[in-house]
Amino acid sequence: MADQPFFRPDWVVDNLGEIGARTLQHLEITAIAISIGFALSLALALLARRYRVLRGPTIGIAGAMYAIPSLAAFGLLIPFTGLSLLTAEIAMVSYTLLILIRNILAGLDGIAPEILEAADGMGFTTTQRLWRVELPLALPVIIAGLRITTVTTIGLVTVTSFIGEGGLGYFILNIGISRFFPTAIYVGAILSVTLAVVADLLFVWLQRALTPWARARATA
Amino acid sequence: MINANGGGAVVELDHLTKRYGPSSSKPAVNDLSLTVPAGQICVLVGPSGCGKTTTMKMINRLVEPTSGRVLIDGEDVMKLPAVELRRRIGYVIQQVGLFPHLTVADNVAIVPKLLKWRPGRIRERVDELLDLVGLDPAAYRERYPAELSGGERQRVGVGRALAADPPVMLMDEPFGAVDPIRRDRLQNEFLRLQARVRKTIIFVTHDVDEAIKMADRIAILQVGGVLAQYDTPEAILSAPASNFVERFVGADRGLKRLSLARVRDLPLIQPALAHAGEPLAKLRRRLGGAEVDYVLLVDNRNRPLGWVEAAQLAGDGTLPANLATPGAPLLDPESTLRDALSAMLGSSVQLGAVVDEKDSVIGLVSVDQIAEILRREVRSVATDG
Repeated sequence: MADQPFFRPDWVVDNLGEIGARTLQHLEITAIAISIGFALSLALALLARRYRVLRGPTIGIAGAMYAIPSLAAFGLLIPFTGLSLLTAEIAMVSYTLLILIRNILAGLDGIAPEILEAADGMGFTTTQRLWRVELPLALPVIIAGLRITTVTTIGLVTVTSFIGEGGLGYFILNIGISRFFPTAIYVGAILSVTLAVVADLLFVWLQRALTPWARARATA
Repeated sequence: MINANGGGAVVELDHLTKRYGPSSSKPAVNDLSLTVPAGQICVLVGPSGCGKTTTMKMINRLVEPTSGRVLIDGEDVMKLPAVELRRRIGYVIQQVGLFPHLTVADNVAIVPKLLKWRPGRIRERVDELLDLVGLDPAAYRERYPAELSGGERQRVGVGRALAADPPVMLMDEPFGAVDPIRRDRLQNEFLRLQARVRKTIIFVTHDVDEAIKMADRIAILQVGGVLAQYDTPEAILSAPASNFVERFVGADRGLKRLSLARVRDLPLIQPALAHAGEPLAKLRRRLGGAEVDYVLLVDNRNRPLGWVEAAQLAGDGTLPANLATPGAPLLDPESTLRDALSAMLGSSVQLGAVVDEKDSVIGLVSVDQIAEILRREVRSVATDG
């Protein structure tokens, strides 16, 4: 083993199918976590806006969940949900809440009061105002939150290999560390970082596409 | 089409009271009754804390009255769902409140969209309105508010409020955020616009001069939301109903009365116009027949460049372009005499060039003409007193 080469391209070539499948799984776990996390955060943030008393507790609980070590979270969930994708997703989703809720609230709070007054004065209903004025204007801050959570979630997914999931974490833990095979660690790590960078760039592009107005500046 | 023959509705405030606290608390608006005739501008004016904005917001129910009624063409506003009511009332606020994420066209189209107009009809209406407020639709339609100047935003705000042709418009310090020179322009433009659309307008300001200039009727409110006087600007200036009104209107009532008359009310003086390169002898003859001692140098589109004194026209040759003393104040026919006077007093030659919308000169006015009106004013006040 000690005389093994540093990096074995032949292994990569032999395992391309597995690498592709694990990469897809990695993306899948991330996408599910971000989608559910975002839907939940949006609902919670809107509730916290309507009922001001909920604001403190919502952020407090999301903060506590954010602070639980991921391995401890798995340990606590396994008795209920077993070694499963569900366990992995519950943990991943709970890590997205704090940043998403805070950014959604910050985005909504940052809207100038005269804009809301104009909207009310022109006859928007509460729902119309939310979807046509408030959320579009909060979008840059909300997308900033999505970027951070997506990048962290892509990193965190590797840890779910401890409970038999893991996407690219499978190469890092189950092959690289368990069998002391550095090539697999490199493959897992490099692909995971690449996914994070690509996802981040996608969000940057999404924000530019959705908020052309944010780039408009006074020319007059 | 824009309703050109009196699109306004009668707005009636009937014993309107607003308390923010319990029934024992001091009211913000206290038993206020007044009627605004259709198609007129009613300015609510008073010191801060007089409840003028609260009063205005009770008309579109951004504030719900504690007691009393608001009637629009006899209909109680409480009988309509609030959002439906608001779509029928134009609303312009000081910071304009354009939606930064929407283009100019989409901002103007807000209420028509809420009212579910056909897209084709909305597009036509947007272009019509941009034209109406003096913005070229092709150049402005697709811009975002961040790409506009303060004055342009203001115009878009007015266009947006007029979008669904509402009979009533509420304007809360609409020109408060622009500098004084541009404010004067916007006010003049708005008065010209109002002469065409004839909406019933409730206009809130803390500035007495603006109230006198804009109003058909002024409601002066005192702290605590008590109506101190409700009358035409002329009546308020000549016969203030109380010490409060007299103090609020200010000691310079005579001077303020100059705000009641416009440049267009004066007989314009025929200018002697000159273009660069014209023979001096010809200009001397032209000046001989004129009432003033200056020729006005203009460009090829008759836009004023500056004054040339009679003494400078001696000799042969032609008029050089650089001879003129620059700085003829440009006056809008809608400008009040007060604004015209201060513009002329600030320039070296005490004449003003009255210009049309394209800045071409249409006549002159002089400080003397306005001074003459002031002298008559003083005599009439003396005989009244």
